[in-house]
Amino acid sequence: MFIQTLVTGLAIGGIYALMAVGYSLVFSILNFSNFAYGSIIMLGAYMGYFAMTEIGMPIGVAIVLSIVGSAALCFLNEKLAYSTLRKRKASSLYFMISAMGTAIFLENLVYATIGSRFYAFPQVLTQLNLEFMDISIGVLDVFAILFSFLAILTLHYFLQTSKIGIAIRAASYDMQVCELNGVNITKLIGWVFILAGALAGISGMFLGMKYMVYPTMGWITNKAYIAAVIGGLGSLPGAVTGGLILGVLETFVSAYVSSVVRDAFSFTLLVVLLMVLPTGLFGKFLEEKV
Amino acid sequence: MAEYISGVVALSLIYVIATVGLAIFTGFTGLFSLGHAAFFAIGAYTAAILTYFYDVNFWLALMAGGAMSGLVGVIIGYPTLKAKLRSDYFAIATLGFGETVRVLLENLEITQGARGLPGIAVETTLSMVVGITVLVMWIARNFVCSRHGRAAIAVREDFVAAEMMGINLFRVRLRSLVFSAVCGGIAGGLFAHYVSFIQPSMFTSVLSTQLTASVVAGGMGSITGPIIAAIIFVALPEMLRVANIWRLVGYGLLLVLIMLFRPQGLYGYRELSFNSCRSLLNWLTLSAWRNGGKT
Repeated sequence: MFIQTLVTGLAIGGIYALMAVGYSLVFSILNFSNFAYGSIIMLGAYMGYFAMTEIGMPIGVAIVLSIVGSAALCFLNEKLAYSTLRKRKASSLYFMISAMGTAIFLENLVYATIGSRFYAFPQVLTQLNLEFMDISIGVLDVFAILFSFLAILTLHYFLQTSKIGIAIRAASYDMQVCELNGVNITKLIGWVFILAGALAGISGMFLGMKYMVYPTMGWITNKAYIAAVIGGLGSLPGAVTGGLILGVLETFVSAYVSSVVRDAFSFTLLVVLLMVLPTGLFGKFLEEKV
Repeated sequence: MAEYISGVVALSLIYVIATVGLAIFTGFTGLFSLGHAAFFAIGAYTAAILTYFYDVNFWLALMAGGAMSGLVGVIIGYPTLKAKLRSDYFAIATLGFGETVRVLLENLEITQGARGLPGIAVETTLSMVVGITVLVMWIARNFVCSRHGRAAIAVREDFVAAEMMGINLFRVRLRSLVFSAVCGGIAGGLFAHYVSFIQPSMFTSVLSTQLTASVVAGGMGSITGPIIAAIIFVALPEMLRVANIWRLVGYGLLLVLIMLFRPQGLYGYRELSFNSCRSLLNWLTLSAWRNGGKT
């Protein structure tokens, strides 16, 4: 029971971590909460689902398709909803509202066109279990853990070694100086959103397989925001740690206490943490810059 | 037909009361609440439970709903506002707060879970709603024009400078939050006793979003702007009754477009008055004249 819960918790935590990293990545550069991220994840899940059921693609191809599609959507999202604001140097409040508008727009567009039906993914991995002693572990969970860690490692490697990655890290410290040193900021931000979108695609696929695909599934990013705050807004290691902590704790609460108090628990955790440790675990942004 | 129109007017005004509250908070402190439906829900449930199970007088129940919302506002505002956090933290905290309240309402014994409370006594009348709306608007106006309101504006514009001038940041923000929570609670109580049936799914993030959209579209730092926006957002689709799903698609698109092309909203930092009507007229004639000059 304990091991099983831990594995499920890690799997959920891994997905939270993916989402929290995508969200933190945008936050570290543009300094605003990208509330549209959840709807990109939702669309990624829909793309994966329809690729598998309508076109009959194998799961691997569907994941790749969902990654590419979400990255493109995220990129477009920035171009259409944020780039004008960025050029005007608007305050982060305007970005946030624009992001919220995008989320409402996309979510309800799906409602209006595809409908509110819940779609279950074709059962490729969901039904399989690894039996080991008297513990049974879902293959999907194992895949989710492996895949999210692989994705985060790849992103880490990319940020540490590639030229674009170094530029992104520089811009997260000081965008102006970065620009003065000859970095094309517009291009850089495009890359940030593509990376965030790719993570959204992966997490959308796994969320869809673990739960179901439906228009409001993007609201699960609330948990990713909470995870990012726990780890410290704008910090990528923080986002990973926060995601894992939240996922594991939540799963234990719903397994040993009650699944009803799970959401209330995450929120209470957030508020308590804000009181005790306002910067989060690895946070560097506390108060607003003037 | 007259009954239908009065129904639409009453519902719009109930939303106006909640919107005025949120306008005082978001518009005058610059903090963004994404869970304001929770205050509406708390007021609605508190008032409804009191009249439903305990036969409390409607007015007392209504006030209790407002007071309960205000109290919850203090409980949620104290830790989140105390630490002078970035507005992002606050927005995320309210987001979680809104969802938590809904989950609680769905699972508590006294709220009868997802089934909701059917058959609440219909006590709210149109004239009552009109009276309370006017009262709330009057209080809001006085609040904004008072020392507290000026302090809130100073905080919104530059909180470091405001703090240097001796304004207590935390107290100003908390006061605005509690005011808006009480407004939301009263609106919720009126709502419950108007439609006579409430259930948790009425108070989702969609409602929070509608309220926030009204404030943003109406204009931050204005009271009349959000009121007009709330009426447009609630009454118009209600009257048209078409494309119910597409309405929210339109909201989203409208929010983005407003941010891109008119970030100050309908009446950003201004109020609708006879003067502004005159200046609008001036502007219209002027642009007509300019266009005439061009062609």
